[in-house]
Amino acid sequence: MSGTTAFWYASRATGIVALLLLTAVLVLGILVNRQGRLPGLPRFAVTNLHRNISLLAVAFITVHVLTAVLDTFVSIPLLSGVIPFASGYERLWLGLGAISFDLMLAMIITSLVRGRLNRILWRAIHLLAYLCWPVAFAHSIGSSKDLQHGWLLDLSIACALVVAAAAGWRLASAARQLPRAARVAAIFAQHAPHANRQAQQRISR
Amino acid sequence: MTMAATNETTNEATGGAARPVASGLPRLLPLVPGVPEDLRAHLARYGRLPYRGGPGLLVHAIEEAGLTGRGGAAFPVYRKLALVARARGRKVVVANGAESEPASHKDGLLLRAAPNLVLDGLQLAAEAVGAGEAHLYLHPGVGPELLQALHQRQAAGLDRLGVTITEAPPRFLAGQESALVNRLGGGPAVPTFVPPRVSERGLGGAPTLVQNVETLAHLALIARYGPRWFRTLGTAQEPGTMLITVHTGSGGGSSPRSQHRGTQVIEAEIGTPLRNLIPQQDAHAVLVGGFHGAWLPIDTIGTLTLDNASLRTHGAALGAGVVAVLPADRCGLAEAARVVRYLAAESAGQCGPCLNGLPRMAAALAELAGRGHRRQVRADLERWAGLVTGRGACNHPDGTVRFVRSTLTVFAPEISLHARGHCSATNHAPFLPLPAALPVSEEDWI
Amino acid sequence: MADTLRVNPINCTGHGVCAEVLPELISLDEWGYPIIDPGPVPPALDLEARRAVAACPALALKLTRK
Repeated sequence: MSGTTAFWYASRATGIVALLLLTAVLVLGILVNRQGRLPGLPRFAVTNLHRNISLLAVAFITVHVLTAVLDTFVSIPLLSGVIPFASGYERLWLGLGAISFDLMLAMIITSLVRGRLNRILWRAIHLLAYLCWPVAFAHSIGSSKDLQHGWLLDLSIACALVVAAAAGWRLASAARQLPRAARVAAIFAQHAPHANRQAQQRISR
Repeated sequence: MTMAATNETTNEATGGAARPVASGLPRLLPLVPGVPEDLRAHLARYGRLPYRGGPGLLVHAIEEAGLTGRGGAAFPVYRKLALVARARGRKVVVANGAESEPASHKDGLLLRAAPNLVLDGLQLAAEAVGAGEAHLYLHPGVGPELLQALHQRQAAGLDRLGVTITEAPPRFLAGQESALVNRLGGGPAVPTFVPPRVSERGLGGAPTLVQNVETLAHLALIARYGPRWFRTLGTAQEPGTMLITVHTGSGGGSSPRSQHRGTQVIEAEIGTPLRNLIPQQDAHAVLVGGFHGAWLPIDTIGTLTLDNASLRTHGAALGAGVVAVLPADRCGLAEAARVVRYLAAESAGQCGPCLNGLPRMAAALAELAGRGHRRQVRADLERWAGLVTGRGACNHPDGTVRFVRSTLTVFAPEISLHARGHCSATNHAPFLPLPAALPVSEEDWI
Repeated sequence: MADTLRVNPINCTGHGVCAEVLPELISLDEWGYPIIDPGPVPPALDLEARRAVAACPALALKLTRK
């Protein structure tokens, strides 16, 4: 195998792994927000896995971009990894990759300094995750012929379904969530109906 | 209640001509009870509004006078004034007339009977701290006297700052400082976490001075007559007078001495013996301070005076200036259960401990007020009381716990009676005033 | 250093991660909300305290200088 082909294979492989990792990160992020648990693991495992896997994903994407740049079969400028549409080769699809990587970097950098950042601002940027993943997915399918058929296509679609299900569940959970003004009433309904009726009876006599 | 003879004293602020200054009572309330004083009567009685001519100058007089807040917390007023005065940039002053305590009517009365004193105080406080923005925050339905007063003052060119009136929702927490600032900013009247206090960062990020309307009225008088005059009434640690709302019942024995029936707002010298304020009647206990206050057994009333130093010896405080005498024919437990149910429903629902603990405490108290209760209930109530204290963003859980604990102490015999299926009360009509409508949606907080 | 741990009860939604990271100073009440030792953080636990602050998903825990 020639050197250029090795770089090309490495780029595609790291890309696929990155997509899997990003899928896991998104699902774990939703789990953190909804206070979900992974069986047998403490709560901080969920938060730590979410963070560590996101950093791992960035590492894989960095290798993914570098190997693509180093491969001489096609000419891809280094900066096109972070500057969208700067590549002559597959301008659109690589551009989407850069966009999604930029969003990722924004989310991670703001998370690294979140203690100093305004909470609302941090959360707004972090919500870009729901944009970042579909853009990364489009980049993956669009720029790699491999993912457009066979078991890699099945794998990609499986990831998309997992993300769609997780996001859908998150949305439904948000819709079910009690507004602040209704929370106390809910606790009363749970714990007080009998006793309250009793109190009412005594007073009304 | 001491009523000293009228003295002739120089009005320090306007200087020169001696002006008769009544050194007795009433100071805030109209000379003729029930007759509000319009601008002309106000100026005739108190003299002109004594602007000092620059920021900060009034603060020293307030410090010497020892004026403490009349909104419930009794915080030294000069400290808040000094803090806001020291700050740089834009500053805001708010007259807090949102009397959210259902048992208190003093602020509402003051705004009807002596609105000009409050508005004087607002302008003087604004000048003292260098504020460029003045607000008045109050519940709807205060009455035309206030608007008329503002109109007259504007026509006379008395007010240096325009006053923006904002309506407070009828919530127990609406008058809380940070909830007030939230509401003024257009949001719901729910508290925010401190630090920073609103005097450091308040409305629109500007240092905001929030003062109860009664406090501002006293401030307006200190500005005219000086700190020494202010201290001619009251105690050394707690000088001045205060408005209190006294609730008495139509006592079952209909004693000929119970002239005061129902509710009355009076102005009393701080330090007045409580027995002078409470008419002779058959009573179990007296609730002092309001719904975040404490019960006092009736046999302690003879030894206590209307000041925090005295009340503290029995775990009570002046609070919102409420004195409610529970007639002997009522059930204190039932009253307390209704109050705690109200307090729980009025939680902003923002903090887990308060949101979870208060409704459970209300249910437990309701069970104690019933006939026979599970043995677990008392222990649960104690545990929840400990769990919510100090763990909310505001004092709501703490105040509620104070009320609950004093109920459990003072009405311990009644609890035992109820446990055996009895009750000492013969009159089950509600005594303490409570609003019927409880908040259900976000709109109820705006 | 004498820092103290404080939680903003409005932002706290009861994730409970803090109590796992710093059980010496933080325990959970029966509803899942943190009960925090009000005293200064002992120097030996300073690092763990910072970890707990960083770990809170709601950014509700703070280390304040007293």
